[in-house]
Amino acid sequence: MRKSRTFAISKTVLLYLMIALLIVINILPFFWMVSSSLKGEEAIRTIPIKWLPEHPTLEGYVRVFNMKGFSFTRASLNSLFLAVAMTLVEVGSSTAAAFVFAKLPFRGSGKLFGVYLATMMIPGTVTMVPNYIILRTLGLLDTYTGLVLPSLGRAFSVFLMRQSMMGVNDAYMESAFLDGASLYRIFFSIMLPMVTPTLATLTLLSFMGGWNSYLWPLIVLTSTSKQTLQVVLGNMNSMYESNEHVLMAGAVLTILPILVVYLISQKYVDQGISVGGLK
Amino acid sequence: MYIPKTAHKGRAAAVLLAPSLIGVVFFCLLPIAATLIFSVMNYDLLMPMNTMQFVGLKNFTRILTGREFPKVLGHTFTYLILYLPAILVTSMVQALILNRSFKGHTLFRTVSYLPVITSWVAAAVVWKWMLNGKFGLLNHILLIFGIQGPPWLSSRTWAMPGIVIAAAWKDTGYYALMMLAALKSIDHAYYEAASIDGAGPLRRFFSITLPLISPTLFLLIVLNIIYGLQVCDSVLIMTNGDPGGATTVFLERIYKYAFKQYKMGYAGAYSWILFFLIMAFTALQFWLEKKWVNYDA
Repeated sequence: MRKSRTFAISKTVLLYLMIALLIVINILPFFWMVSSSLKGEEAIRTIPIKWLPEHPTLEGYVRVFNMKGFSFTRASLNSLFLAVAMTLVEVGSSTAAAFVFAKLPFRGSGKLFGVYLATMMIPGTVTMVPNYIILRTLGLLDTYTGLVLPSLGRAFSVFLMRQSMMGVNDAYMESAFLDGASLYRIFFSIMLPMVTPTLATLTLLSFMGGWNSYLWPLIVLTSTSKQTLQVVLGNMNSMYESNEHVLMAGAVLTILPILVVYLISQKYVDQGISVGGLK
Repeated sequence: MYIPKTAHKGRAAAVLLAPSLIGVVFFCLLPIAATLIFSVMNYDLLMPMNTMQFVGLKNFTRILTGREFPKVLGHTFTYLILYLPAILVTSMVQALILNRSFKGHTLFRTVSYLPVITSWVAAAVVWKWMLNGKFGLLNHILLIFGIQGPPWLSSRTWAMPGIVIAAAWKDTGYYALMMLAALKSIDHAYYEAASIDGAGPLRRFFSITLPLISPTLFLLIVLNIIYGLQVCDSVLIMTNGDPGGATTVFLERIYKYAFKQYKMGYAGAYSWILFFLIMAFTALQFWLEKKWVNYDA
């Protein structure tokens, strides 16, 4: 009996050790990022390295905001604007399309939805080059309109919303018809409130995707004044090869906004993963 | 569902569907057709479009018989071979822990998801610094255990493992949550019955947990291969394909050919080769699926 109890205790200890270890592994790069960002130009490159800055300084942050050639503040605002725009476009178009696929079937709508699902199989890789050429043909390179336009057609988002709308009972809509509501009215005032959790999840996933995207803005936007935070951080990566404290300060500032958004709305993000199982 | 005639169902459906359909047609379907056309053309982005020339399969044969292709393929496979087992083990361990109740569960969950919400650019910049041979934290920690760490990203041998470490760190939380959902769906009665029959924790894991979550495991492997073949952001930031071309991968090549050298046709052909590879692997996976995935429970 005693033996099995010590066994149980050591098992608990082992579990907590594992948990502590995993927390450390997950946090460590963030810790190193913040710690390095507070070091000075010499402290960043001294051996042996220090876990914590001996003389914390905000020099890195000051330099981030005073870069030659491009403005970090401007890039932050660009990113915010673009992430919001991409979210509105993606959520709006996908939700409306999902409503049609879920509740307003027409001849061939099933087949069309099949085509949507099939496009989910096509990697973004294949479409990247031609999308660029399409934007060029339309004269939309280096414009925010061009950057945001592809967000109109996101099959996965349509799929996610449709799944959720399928579960809404038709009776709500039918009684609204009897009261003389139009289909648009039903979509906005009946359907959308019924699927708020999924809508919130999609909004968040799409905002995070917009904020974090790199390759597409890198290709489409060429003017420095239009560039996003991720692209600027990517450029800084090659500019501050031996000034990592500046780079780390930039990384902290890039992560911070999305971290706040995540902590506020964690519930919906988690939900998105269990519902969608896709990025 | 009853929809009155006055609701003008057809018109409403068209209006609501139009934005999404335009997006899918112009930025998903048309591009697929376009890459197919470009891939058999000689198309320099700096020249007007009407100077495009039909070259047949020349782009494909040049890529497939070139000296670069086997290297790119090799690097991508190295990435996958290292990344797949790593991500499966780490996300499984994290999911098994998340599946238990303990003090600080919420904190653990939040912390384990932080790397996922971080952008690849920021994560790669930070990991590049973590992996710095001289001033990086990782080698400093290794030294505490008496291990002299390699110069990671500036070494031909260790650059790819370095990228994989960063990728495993960044993706674990995401796949752990998917795995957790599968673990939660397992009926407790199985474990109780097994315990009564005297099965230990290891036996229970291998004989109950693993077979019952095999569909999710399968999905994870398929997804990871699809995404792994398209690894790019991390490579662009961490090594940019270097040292000495030791970490060149497909998407990085496509990006460089299209937007640094403006060879759109060549890049298009590369895209299609990558696409076929993804398809072939997915098909292979589904064929193998019958042999080990258990859908009965």
